[in-house]
Amino acid sequence: MLSILRTIWMIFLHSFRKRDTVLYPEEKPYLPPRYRGRIVLTRDPDGAERCVACNLCSVACPVDCISVIKGEDESGRWYPDTFQINFSRCIYCGYCEEACPTYAIQLTPDFEMGEFDRQKMVYEKSDLTISGVGKRPGYNFYRVAGMAVGGKDKGEAENEAEPVDVKTLLP
Amino acid sequence: MILGVPTDTFVNALLKGVETIVILFAVVIAAALLIWVERRLLGLWQDRYGPNRVGPFGILQVAADMIKIFFKEDWIPPFADKPVFIIAPAVILLTSLMTFAVVPFTATIGVVDLNIGLLFMLAMSSLGVYSVILGGWASDNKYAMLGGLRTAAQMISYEVFMGLALLGVVMLAGSFNLHTIVESQAGLWNVVTQFPSFVIFLIAGCAEIHRAPFDLPEAEQELTAGYHTEYSGMKFGMFFVGEYLGIVLISSLITVLFFGGWLGPVLPGIVWFLIKTGFFILFFVLLRAATVRPRYDQLMSFGWKILLPIALANVAITSAVVVATS
Repeated sequence: MLSILRTIWMIFLHSFRKRDTVLYPEEKPYLPPRYRGRIVLTRDPDGAERCVACNLCSVACPVDCISVIKGEDESGRWYPDTFQINFSRCIYCGYCEEACPTYAIQLTPDFEMGEFDRQKMVYEKSDLTISGVGKRPGYNFYRVAGMAVGGKDKGEAENEAEPVDVKTLLP
Repeated sequence: MILGVPTDTFVNALLKGVETIVILFAVVIAAALLIWVERRLLGLWQDRYGPNRVGPFGILQVAADMIKIFFKEDWIPPFADKPVFIIAPAVILLTSLMTFAVVPFTATIGVVDLNIGLLFMLAMSSLGVYSVILGGWASDNKYAMLGGLRTAAQMISYEVFMGLALLGVVMLAGSFNLHTIVESQAGLWNVVTQFPSFVIFLIAGCAEIHRAPFDLPEAEQELTAGYHTEYSGMKFGMFFVGEYLGIVLISSLITVLFFGGWLGPVLPGIVWFLIKTGFFILFFVLLRAATVRPRYDQLMSFGWKILLPIALANVAITSAVVVATS
């Protein structure tokens, strides 16, 4: 019986506590840089697109919300002809970001993307691509990858040795 | 002479009618505002805000809720007992409002000055139980049914010593008239001389209006919504308003019976009445914020084995004192 009175008194003392609620639209909560929100496509330090249209994000996506169609330019580089993300399906799991070999696709701490029209939740490549490098400054996939593209042969990438000639026994 | 009635009688009747309607509206509006008051206060005590968007401090939330509930689909399940299902929510609203007829807000404001006011109030609040039981029964739903059964058992046990607790007050005042009871407290409030019966009435009143911690009939966690599981739209709204009317009613009765009603220094009587009643309304909300619901058998044994003997002992001692001093 006394414990009930004590409980009532303790709850009453909560009248003078600070409230935990963050009044959202007026007061934005701090979101850490690795918060998983709106998905963006980043660019190289040189300003070129990072995405190589490998479709790994699309495969990794558990809800199949990413649709990529590959294109290839005259130098042999791949790029996404179309890149669509259906954000009404996206569950912001971040698997696409983990799967991406070029750090092109990244999740950002922005979640304010409500729409009244469901069709507007489908973001095209132009909506997704940003001008910056996102969370990975200084990274350029073709500069470090061993793939031969126009203007860069095998063995010419950063930290890459000349390819071994497998037809000879000489060192 | 107007319509064959003496003019002053006619005017008096008209004034009484206006007063009744004003009291009716004031009470219903107070009950509706309580929805907002309760949500804000629960928020305060749970370290959050509660509704604070619609209008200043969210007070128009009530209006928004009302508009919403009026336009909701008023669905009657095909398996329900239709007439009873419709009547049930009206009963609780009616009996709660009828009880306000005898509440003396001040020495002059009040619908009717009944010489058996207390009995009338006990009878009316007991009739309100029918609403819950019939609602639970007519829904033909096992949760509603369980809620109704619980209400029946809870009310049977709590009605008994709710009346017994008030017997002490009646003996001290020597009347069932609520005006006389208030005026008998001019020197000393009943809460001092009748403290045990005040506590018992508080608990029993809480059980009577099935508020937390005695909200077993509607226990959301066990019975979804208990007796009003199948109700929607304005029928559900009537149950809700009936419940909040019950809070206002029990708070004003505690004020009248134990805290000297409108009596108080300096301020006018109605202000004192509102202050005291408001305090108990807040207390009921605090009770809901702080207490946990007892198990069903715990509630019953607490009522029959602890509160009933205390109430009886209180009656015996009070009557002995009254006889000895008179």
